[in-house]
Amino acid sequence: MAAIVTAEGLHKSFGRQGSTSPPVLDGLDLELEEGAVLALLGPNGAGKTTTVRILSTLLRPDAGRATVAGFDVVRDARRVREIISLTGQQVAVDDKLSGAENLTMMGHLAHLPRRVVRDRVAELLTVFDLADAASRRVITWSGGMRRRLDLAAGLLTRPRVMFLDEPTTGLDPRSQQALWDVVRGVVSDGTSVFLTTQYLEEADRLAQRVALVDGGRIVADGTPAQLKRDVGEAGVELTFASASDAGLVAPALAATIDGARVRVPTDGSVAHVRSVLSAVEATGVTPDHWEVRAPSLDDVFLALTGHVGQERSARSAGVAA
Amino acid sequence: MTYVLRDVSTMTVRGLRLVSRDVDAMITAVLLPVIILLMFVLIFGGAMDTGTEYINYVTPGVILLAAGFGAANTALAVEHDMSSGMVERLRSMPVTAWTVLSGHVVASLVKNLVTTTVVFGVSILMGFRPEASPLEWLAAVGMILLFVGWITWLAALVGVLVRSPDAAGGFSFFVMFLPYASSAFVPVDTLPGWLRGFAGHQPVTPVIETVRGLVSGDVPTVADPAGVAVLAVVWCLGLGLAFAVAAGLAFRARR
Repeated sequence: MAAIVTAEGLHKSFGRQGSTSPPVLDGLDLELEEGAVLALLGPNGAGKTTTVRILSTLLRPDAGRATVAGFDVVRDARRVREIISLTGQQVAVDDKLSGAENLTMMGHLAHLPRRVVRDRVAELLTVFDLADAASRRVITWSGGMRRRLDLAAGLLTRPRVMFLDEPTTGLDPRSQQALWDVVRGVVSDGTSVFLTTQYLEEADRLAQRVALVDGGRIVADGTPAQLKRDVGEAGVELTFASASDAGLVAPALAATIDGARVRVPTDGSVAHVRSVLSAVEATGVTPDHWEVRAPSLDDVFLALTGHVGQERSARSAGVAA
Repeated sequence: MTYVLRDVSTMTVRGLRLVSRDVDAMITAVLLPVIILLMFVLIFGGAMDTGTEYINYVTPGVILLAAGFGAANTALAVEHDMSSGMVERLRSMPVTAWTVLSGHVVASLVKNLVTTTVVFGVSILMGFRPEASPLEWLAAVGMILLFVGWITWLAALVGVLVRSPDAAGGFSFFVMFLPYASSAFVPVDTLPGWLRGFAGHQPVTPVIETVRGLVSGDVPTVADPAGVAVLAVVWCLGLGLAFAVAAGLAFRARR
C-alpha cells in the first residue's frame, strides 16, 4: 500500500537562536499508509502536537521534509489544506453559535456548494447524534457533544487525511467510546487517520500501526500486537503491607517486585489469574489489595526504551524530591 | 482567489453573530458613551467655554470616543480566535489569511454604526441640536466609519500580537483615551503648548473637526474645512491600509 503521509528527518526547535533548549523534534520519521490509522503514542512534551502542526501546514520544520498525498507541506501547503482536516487538542467551535451554524460556517469556508453544505450539515448532525441540540448555542452543550461537533466540522469535506490531536483527552468513557466509533466509521469511508494519544488502549483499539515517540523521535514502531507482545499483555498486581511480605510471595510466582508491590504477567484468563491467586494463598501471606492491570504508557516505555517517557520521569522525580 | 468574497461574507456573518450575541459588550458599547456624555454635559459642561452650547461641541467627540472604544473591542475577539484553537483550524483550511480578520472588521463597522446611532439619539434627547442636510449626515457617517475602520484594523493587529485577553482589553482602554488629547472635549488652543502639538496633529482631531463641522451647525467651523476633511480621510485610509497589511502579515507570521 502507498503511503499518504510521510515525514523524513523532521527537526524543530522553539528556542531562540543560540539557546540551549532541547529540540522538540529531533529527526522524526514516519509513514501513514492510505486508508489506515496511525497512532502517535507518547507522553506530554514528546513532540506529538508539533508533528501534527507540521504535517497539517501550520508550522514549518527547521529541517526535514513531509508530504501529504505527494504534496510538500511547506511548498504546496495550499494543496495539502484542500485534502486534510485538523481537529486540534482544543475544541475549535464558536460557543455563541449553534451547532448547525458552526458546521454551516465550516462548510462554506471549505468552499462546498451551498446545497451540499445544507445536506452534509444535516447528515453529520444526525450521524453524530447532535440533531436534537443543533439549534442550541454550543455554550450550553456538554464536553462530549462539543468534541463530536468539533470532529464533525473536520469531516464536512470528506478529507483524505484526518489529523486528530489527542481527541479523547478529558472525555468521559462513554464519549470516548462514541468517538472511537466515529473514527472507525470515517476510516471505513476511506479516510486515512493520523492520531496522537497518550493512551495505549486508544492506540490499540483504533490503529493498525503505532509509533512511539519520545524526545522528538520515534523510539519504537509496529502493530499494536507487536508492541503488546513486547510489553506483556497485562499483569496481576498485588500490594502487600510491607516489602518483606512481598519478598515472601515473589519466589512462588514468576513475578517482578517493586517495594511492597508484586507484578505477575498474565494473559488475563480466569484460569491463569486463579492459579496466580492460589499460589499467593498457598504462601499464607495476604495482600492488602490486588488487581489485574493493563500495561500503562509507562510500562510500554519501560519495556521498549528502558526508561520512562521524558516528562514523566522528570515529574515523578519532582514529586519524590 | 474566486473564493475570497465568499470567505469574507462567511466570516462577516460569523462576526455579526458573535457581536450581536455578546450582550454584555453591546450594553457597554451603548452605556459607556451615554455616561460619558452625561458626565461632560452635566458636570463639566457648565465650566466649559467653547463659544457655543457645549453639548453641540462635545457630542461628535463622544461619538468618536464610543466608536473608537467599540472598534478596539475587536482586539478581544481576534485574541480569542488566536488562543481558542479556532485559528489553528482555519489555517489548516484553504482560507486566505486576512479574510478571517476582515470578518471581524466588517462586523465591527456594523456594530458601531448601530451603537453610534443610539448615542446620537440619546444626545438629541439631551438637547443636542444637529443641523445637517441628508448629504452632510451621510458624509459624517462615512467619516465615522473610516475612523472605526482604522481603529478596528489596529485592534485586529493588536489581537494577533498579544498573548492574553487582558492585554487585548488594555488596548481598548488606551484607545479610549486618544480622543482626550484632541479637540474632542476642549478646543486645542486651550491645551498646554507641548500637548497642543500632539493634539493638533494626531488623526483624531481632523476627524472630529470634520464630523463636528458637518453636523453641529452653530459651532464655528475651522478655517479650512475642506482641507481638514481631506486630511482626516487621508489619515484614516492611510492608517487603515497600513494596519490592515500589518495585521495580515502578523497573522501569517504567527506560529
